[in-house]
Amino acid sequence: MSETIRFRLNGRPVALDVDGGRTLLWVLRTDLGLTGTKYGCGEGHCGACTVLVDGEAVRSCRVAVRDVAEQDVVTIEGLARGAALHPLQEAFMAHDALQCGYCTPGMILTAYAFLKKNPRPTADAIAAALEDNLCRCGAHTRIVEAVQAAAAKMAGGN
Amino acid sequence: MGDSRDFQDYEELHGRDDTNASPIAPLNRREFLKASGGILVTVALWDEALFGQEAPGRPARPSLPTDFNAFLRIGADGRVACFTGKVELGQGPVTSLAQEIADELDVALDTVDMVMGDTDLCPWDAGTFGSLTTRFFGPPLRAAGAEARRVLLELAAERLGAPVGELVTADGFVCVAAEPSRRVAYAELAKGQRIERHVAGVPIKQPSEFKLMGKPFTRRDARSKVTGQAIYAGDVRLAGMLHAKILRPPVHGARFLEADLSAARAVPGVQVIQDGDLIAVLHPLPDVAEAALAKVTTRFDTPAAAVDTDSIFDHLLKVAPEGRPVAEGGDLVAGSAASAAIVAATYTNDYVAHAPMEPHAAVAHVAGDRVTVWASTQTPFPARTEVSRTLGLPEANVRIRPVFVGGGFGGKTRNGQIVEAARLSRLSGRPVQVAWSRSEEFFYDSFRPAAVVTVRGGVTGEGRLSLWDYRVYFAGERGAAHFYDIPHHRTLAHNPSWTAPSGVHPFATGAWRAPGNNTNSYARECHIQLLAAQAGVDPVEFRLRNLKDPRMIRTLKAAAEKFGWQPANPPSGRGLGVACGVDAGTYVATIAAAAVDTATGRIRVKRVVCAQDMGLLINPAGAVIQMEGCIMMGLGYALTEGLRFAGGDVRDRNFDTYEIPRFSWLPKIETVILDLPDDPAQGGGEPAIIVMGAVVANAVHDVTGTMVYRLPMTPARVLQALKRDGFGMR
Repeated sequence: MSETIRFRLNGRPVALDVDGGRTLLWVLRTDLGLTGTKYGCGEGHCGACTVLVDGEAVRSCRVAVRDVAEQDVVTIEGLARGAALHPLQEAFMAHDALQCGYCTPGMILTAYAFLKKNPRPTADAIAAALEDNLCRCGAHTRIVEAVQAAAAKMAGGN
Repeated sequence: MGDSRDFQDYEELHGRDDTNASPIAPLNRREFLKASGGILVTVALWDEALFGQEAPGRPARPSLPTDFNAFLRIGADGRVACFTGKVELGQGPVTSLAQEIADELDVALDTVDMVMGDTDLCPWDAGTFGSLTTRFFGPPLRAAGAEARRVLLELAAERLGAPVGELVTADGFVCVAAEPSRRVAYAELAKGQRIERHVAGVPIKQPSEFKLMGKPFTRRDARSKVTGQAIYAGDVRLAGMLHAKILRPPVHGARFLEADLSAARAVPGVQVIQDGDLIAVLHPLPDVAEAALAKVTTRFDTPAAAVDTDSIFDHLLKVAPEGRPVAEGGDLVAGSAASAAIVAATYTNDYVAHAPMEPHAAVAHVAGDRVTVWASTQTPFPARTEVSRTLGLPEANVRIRPVFVGGGFGGKTRNGQIVEAARLSRLSGRPVQVAWSRSEEFFYDSFRPAAVVTVRGGVTGEGRLSLWDYRVYFAGERGAAHFYDIPHHRTLAHNPSWTAPSGVHPFATGAWRAPGNNTNSYARECHIQLLAAQAGVDPVEFRLRNLKDPRMIRTLKAAAEKFGWQPANPPSGRGLGVACGVDAGTYVATIAAAAVDTATGRIRVKRVVCAQDMGLLINPAGAVIQMEGCIMMGLGYALTEGLRFAGGDVRDRNFDTYEIPRFSWLPKIETVILDLPDDPAQGGGEPAIIVMGAVVANAVHDVTGTMVYRLPMTPARVLQALKRDGFGMR
């Protein structure tokens, strides 16, 4: 049934009249046109649809849009500040930490939430944090390197 | 500078910019190109005046054009559009092909915009597979660039009043060498027009002249991919577009009996389409369409399962056709007589899914007798043919347009979703998106086939290979021929392809990254390990003793040196495996270190060193990344990836039960590429994956003395093999 759901999306208030039981993934991708959040498996196994909800990495295919009411949602489109990319985005570029790029938004947002809690992680800790994000191209080595480089930059620079 | 333009493209493909040129405009509008950092997105359509003989309306040609204008155009703004029928799947041609054209032309890399896989704009291409891009598209692309540069020099000579011999080119300008201020820009000479002058026989650059080729560059599409702006097929949004969810049979081979569509029809806004075998529920929101489809009740006649995950191999041997010789020499009887010991074994592997992170997706818009398609495909030109045949329209009326593809690995050479979208767009009168669910992606995959290899190999008392009697069933013959020095040998392929006649496999099979070669290299190199063990010779030394091919010898030596190989007879207890192979013209040698938990059967691969002899490198960074990707992906089919099924019932439908490699599997990966800039470029996207089954199996054998004869080497199968060999009983 249609209801009005309000939340903050990439820093801006959003009010939507939607069936609140629909998943955040499809509301983002269709109603809101933010297609950087990818469908990969629909069951929470792959992490391609990861977004931030109040700073936590969440699988948007497993979340009803009514459950993010009054919360702060960040998608990959909301990570840069204008033309200035987030250090994670820059590090993924500099380290070639992607191939097809389909898992990349979910990787970056999962890493973002992880680094907030663990600002100076080891490579093993990064790998453990990304364990349930799947990459078929095999960019794993470089993803770990990129997250570590971004962590160093964030700790040193900001 | 790419940012604002990227964003325009993004807006435009999302159909929000209604005032601007629509991507679904009729086909006679003037075409113009929008530059972005990576792939050039074309926003309007064909201009016959500009492209002349390359215009649609002629039949697809089975070979590349000879006119360099088909490959490139230099705009009045100085940007260079480079046209290729190849697509960007993640393997990196968006960078490497740009390096090639920029270097031959003498323009800056960041002035090149790749136009990839657009069937109206790009030269015909069979598809992006087989590690063919660098090997076979690269040379003609470079020749086109070289000829264009030479023609620009001649045009500049006339403009500047100086002979060609006194001119030099750099950064998109021609200038008088002795007087650099006398110069003219390519942009001014070409002005975005097709260049009518031609010069035959212009040589391409020698490696010593390279400025961009052979140097490492990061991905040119990375910015759009880390910001979520990269458009994949499922991201295309057109005004009035409907999402279609299609009724699927429960199992392959099921016969449709009836369906009750009334509950789905009752969902507000839903359109239900039934056209023969195609029943679809359409809605502007994909999740609403999916929920409505779930309300459809059906009856199917489901056949009994004839084969399953474990009985498939006996079935394959039963239905196998006669073997076809792939290679032979000497005499097998004499080989047996010459052997001090003969080892026979049978190797098998399960069906393996492609499982790209992006499932198949397509948007089709049929408008009158014109069709435009955006699709995740490795084969845009064959897709155009399929759409044209399905809808009964000339190929010239069908345009497949470029989008990023979220991984292919051979699986996106089949275009079922495109045909479905085209049919449904015509039937509904609306643009239609068909985006397969993960379950559909597994169900309709064209799996790497389950396969069997039998080998009988002999070795002399001096540790020389004396006999090789090899039969491969249903994997395909790629990689079947061995490269060792064996006097008496025969290799037979029973069904030489990875596809097979009906009645063999319960569902579709097809090309899977280095098709055939993963199975063949597994069987061959495991058997070499067993023969080395039989002979009591170190596995690197055993191979070197039985090789004559200098490329394989130097590749194996490079791997051994990088690894720090210390000779020991197998099984040495160290857990070190060796495997070699040849694919797509590239020689590979890999050494791995692994541990086996003999209580659980779990294998942990700790270190992988891979060496390749692959000739000229265009982008060394890209080549290394492909090797790393092959190694990581290859661990999947080595350790966990085997499809579970019963007849046409595909049991693994998602990543909870079908386990692909994860971060915790990541070994230490080291790569070596031999420096061979004067050798022709060879394939890079596939070769390193072919040895992964063997190198892990051989490491397991080295530490336990037990060979695992079936891939994947799941913990249960490892335990079973250990038990078979009495491990722990000794």
